[in-house]
Amino acid sequence: MFIAAVMLVLLTLPLVLDKYALGIFVMIYFYAYLGQSWNVLTGYTGHISLGHALYLGAGAYASTYLAQFGISPWIGMLLGGLIAAAISLFLGYLGFRFGVRGVYFVILTIAFAEITRLIVSHVEALGSFSGIFLDFNPSFINFQFRGNLPYYYISLGFMVFSLIAVRLLEVSKPGRFMVAIREDEEAAQALGVNTFKYNMMAIAISAFMTSLAGTFYANYIFYLNPNTMFGMSTSIELILRPIVGGLGTLFGPVVGSFILTPLSEISRAYFAKGGLEGLHLILYGILTILVVLFMPKGIIVYVNRLLKPILQPAVKNKQG
Amino acid sequence: MDSTLALQLVVQGILLGGIYGLIAMGLSLIFGVMGVINFAHGQMMVMGMYVSYWIFVLLGIDPYLSLVIVAAVIFVLGYVIQASVVNRILDYPEAMQVLPLVSLGLILENTALLFWGPDYRSPQTALSLTTFWIGSVMVDVSRLIAFVLAIVITILIFLFLKKSTSGKRIRAAADNRTGAILVGIDVSRIYNISFGIGAATTGAAGVLLLPLMPLSPHMGHDFTLTAFIVVILGGMGNLMGALAGGLILGLAESVATLFLPATLKQVVSFGFLVIIMLFRPQGIFGGKK
Repeated sequence: MFIAAVMLVLLTLPLVLDKYALGIFVMIYFYAYLGQSWNVLTGYTGHISLGHALYLGAGAYASTYLAQFGISPWIGMLLGGLIAAAISLFLGYLGFRFGVRGVYFVILTIAFAEITRLIVSHVEALGSFSGIFLDFNPSFINFQFRGNLPYYYISLGFMVFSLIAVRLLEVSKPGRFMVAIREDEEAAQALGVNTFKYNMMAIAISAFMTSLAGTFYANYIFYLNPNTMFGMSTSIELILRPIVGGLGTLFGPVVGSFILTPLSEISRAYFAKGGLEGLHLILYGILTILVVLFMPKGIIVYVNRLLKPILQPAVKNKQG
Repeated sequence: MDSTLALQLVVQGILLGGIYGLIAMGLSLIFGVMGVINFAHGQMMVMGMYVSYWIFVLLGIDPYLSLVIVAAVIFVLGYVIQASVVNRILDYPEAMQVLPLVSLGLILENTALLFWGPDYRSPQTALSLTTFWIGSVMVDVSRLIAFVLAIVITILIFLFLKKSTSGKRIRAAADNRTGAILVGIDVSRIYNISFGIGAATTGAAGVLLLPLMPLSPHMGHDFTLTAFIVVILGGMGNLMGALAGGLILGLAESVATLFLPATLKQVVSFGFLVIIMLFRPQGIFGGKK
């Protein structure tokens, strides 16, 4: 009931929002989706990736490159996803087979993203350093639209899709195994869980999902640049929301995005006007540190407590 | 192949490598004592560069003379970071330790952006363009000074840790935290000092780099990554390994420009990094883990 009500509000929201506010909501859904994709790997199996920009960039560049040959970005999006999944499986194979764990795994993911960034910066066909400007040919097939309204519904669709997908994963056997790996990889292995297989599964799903957002981003912003698409600051940006919201929880990335994205968009616009560029990132950093120090389980814990009176009857009904 | 050019690159690589070693030694010290990877390391170095730049522009004091002041300022920065944030996350799982430090890097980077703007700055210090020739090889005086000072600082830190009482306390806390607490060492304070020293060395390295390259707020990332590569090459927590790793990396990056565009030299270092992590994670010279 509660979820249906929320969905109804989100679906009718564009009726009352102006173009600017609509744009902020697109970003909220976009980052919630990205955070959720990253959450699949890091939240559920516990392996931290600080190189997820790699998959975002792979999706964006793949669909944009293929669009030049008349292939619809919708198809390019899926192909980009497969490319991203293949890259992640290679990374995962090296990482998980050779026992690269903890901080070393983090550095491995950074290294892969940086190598890709440097290589793409030198490929003429991908626009090298200066990047690619996309042509604007609005049509459904081209994944390009006038105004923010279609993007609003597509990004909302992305977010809902990620929630359903991760929920299905969460209650499935592989999902349970992933959580077991997060809690204690050796113990899980000792109990007969094929940890390598489920680690690989998690990283591939995560990379595939992340890359889909890349196609959306390319066709929303219309400009790709290797430093922003593959850079470490993008990787950091996309992990902040799930951490603040609550790592390894279904609604954590959504809650995090609803808090951080408007803060970021509004403060960016506000501070940049006053010549205080970068101040919003300082606030971000401080907020993340405070959350890690004082609410390591994320803000979702408090949201849950707040919503308990509303959700409680529903839970009872289910049990009855 | 042009042998003079090759020789030139070798000399340049080794000179730069000494500074890489100094940057990485701070990282290695912090890891060796606290077991924490400082993801804000390069950003701390950039802070050191800006402090030195400020002293140079406002007071006219040459970077080499302000070295000690800058090291002291960055020491305090490191001390405060350890005392306020890092000491609280030591018992967290490794994953959760990464994030506050990444955030600290973000804060430092954007503080620099806020204060000094996004422009590149290259101060014209007294020696910045002076060069001399050894045979057919040209040597920048500021590069040579940077290299020599970097080696001297590295040796001083090494001696400090081996000989002084504080140094012995630091090593005791690194070897066995509980044991150190048992014999009455204030481990939290020792940790603060260690982080401070690690930060001060990277700040000092920044000062040495100031005459060599233009300064911008966003250059910290690259140096954080460089420091990771060097430390992993030399072995985590192995200080002399960090120096050796620095020299190797400096040399490799410099010589790689013979075969690759200069902007691609980092691909070589990242390739190195991946191979070392896969096949010899304890580093070439052996490390703590």
